[in-house]
Amino acid sequence: MDWYPLYNSLRIAAISTLIIFFLGILAAYYVAQAPRLVKGLLDVVFTLPLVLPPTVVGYLLLRLLGPKRIVGAWVLEHFGVRLTMTWWSAIFATAVVIFPLMYRTARGAFEAFDSTLAYAAQTLGRSNTWIFWRVRMPCCRQGILAGTVLAFARALGEYGATSMIAGYTPGRTATISTTVYQFWRTNDDAMAFRWVMVNLAISAVVLMAVNMLERKERGKRRREQTKEEAAD
Amino acid sequence: MGLLVDIRKDFGPFRLNVNFEAGEGVTGLLGASGCGKSVTLRCIAGVERPDSGHIELNGRVLFDSKRRIDLSPQRRRVGCLFQNYALFPNMTVEANIAAGVRERGNRRAETERLMTSFHLEECRGKYPRQLSGGQQQRAALARILASRPEALLLDEPFSALDSYLKGQIEVDLMERLARFSGPVLFVSHSREEICGQCGSVCVLDRGRSQPVQTVRELFEAPATLAACRLSGCENLSQAKPLENGRLEVPDWGGILETGRPLPRGMSHVGIRAEHLRAVAGPGINHFSCRILRRIHEPHRAVLLLKAPGENLLRMAWPAERAVPAGDGPFWVELPPERLLLLTER
Repeated sequence: MDWYPLYNSLRIAAISTLIIFFLGILAAYYVAQAPRLVKGLLDVVFTLPLVLPPTVVGYLLLRLLGPKRIVGAWVLEHFGVRLTMTWWSAIFATAVVIFPLMYRTARGAFEAFDSTLAYAAQTLGRSNTWIFWRVRMPCCRQGILAGTVLAFARALGEYGATSMIAGYTPGRTATISTTVYQFWRTNDDAMAFRWVMVNLAISAVVLMAVNMLERKERGKRRREQTKEEAAD
Repeated sequence: MGLLVDIRKDFGPFRLNVNFEAGEGVTGLLGASGCGKSVTLRCIAGVERPDSGHIELNGRVLFDSKRRIDLSPQRRRVGCLFQNYALFPNMTVEANIAAGVRERGNRRAETERLMTSFHLEECRGKYPRQLSGGQQQRAALARILASRPEALLLDEPFSALDSYLKGQIEVDLMERLARFSGPVLFVSHSREEICGQCGSVCVLDRGRSQPVQTVRELFEAPATLAACRLSGCENLSQAKPLENGRLEVPDWGGILETGRPLPRGMSHVGIRAEHLRAVAGPGINHFSCRILRRIHEPHRAVLLLKAPGENLLRMAWPAERAVPAGDGPFWVELPPERLLLLTER
């Protein structure tokens, strides 16, 4: 069995998660503090990919990155690089699709953050950068971690936009999800079933990781609660 | 020298207009909840921006809307003890205090010194959620003093504590505040706390500050309705000034002699429960009442009296004397010298 699709899926998901980790947090941080009107507007724009069909995302990306479209043509002319139909083209697709997941969970965590902690640090003379890395991020760690895992899981399963922008070339752009479709289409039921099992195994592991994170958080909260009750 | 505050901020239905001066020592900021006490502190600390005005600390301008000066909270050197103490939950006590030390060079030595002075050595490795309320307060105060502030702002420092813990902690805090050189603002809605901690007090009523007065003045001769209410005066009535220092008090149903000239714009009159006197029969400032209820408190009793008007009168009755029985008419005197003459603002 050729394991290339697994390897390709994992690296696409890992790279896009890494990029979206930073972009999502950055967007969440600014939206959480933005004035109400800007907040509402940006929120709609940033969340849109979550509700759009992946084919629409794929279509829009092709409109932008295709070799004869604005960005695609410009990059092709100046760098001699085609942005579509390579293994890393899928990163564009997965990044756009998973961005709202990261952004929304991070924003939720930032909004739940007690801003008097930041105020206190400011009056103590601490810089805003220090506050962000030493107080805000550690306090929001659980939410951000959960968002990252969720984004990674979604990236692994991305099919629609990926198949449009990267296509299916065995050994080059094939991912798990496009491979399953390809084998099913060509009536190779045994191979399709194998890849389905691989996919199920990965998804189960990721979901278990999410659950463990949540349980850890809940356990921490419960321990605190019993401590408070004991103190009373 | 000291802290000069003169700020305005519009919140739509609520308008903040605060103007006071606080010298060395502890100045109370007394007001009901939602009167703008916390916002005032945040404006002084620099984490909230007033619409206009001027804030000055020891001759240093922290904020001036006309001159477009607005120092960042980092540069104001104003320490703020928040209601929930705002200790960083992800850091130990030691790291929390170290976070307050500004100079890198003596961070460790200064942290050690403060932990010793605040009796926090045993909890150095603990996280804030593992501390008692009193320890949290000490750690937060140590962290603030580590940053060497020129003024201290305390926002309801006892609201997060159980009342049985409060007594000891209150004494401890008072001693520490006495050692601090610089203005201290103590925000509270409780007259007992203000009485225990402050020398002078500024009453805040629905976003507006009233002139700073000594705590003694506030309790003996409050001049405004809000100050009188906050000083714990139980009996208040509207008052219509008549000639010769006489008042009509519709809420109690009668006329009162005050025996002195009435202040301009006076609108209300008050008298404390312990200043009502039982008398035999009619006379000047005597009211015929009926006892509605007798409330037994630990060190005294309180009689709820139905006066001729709409409002009830509360009268304190010393514990060592027998509480009067029966349903018959009960005469009380409102002694003229005990009447508090109040203006609306």
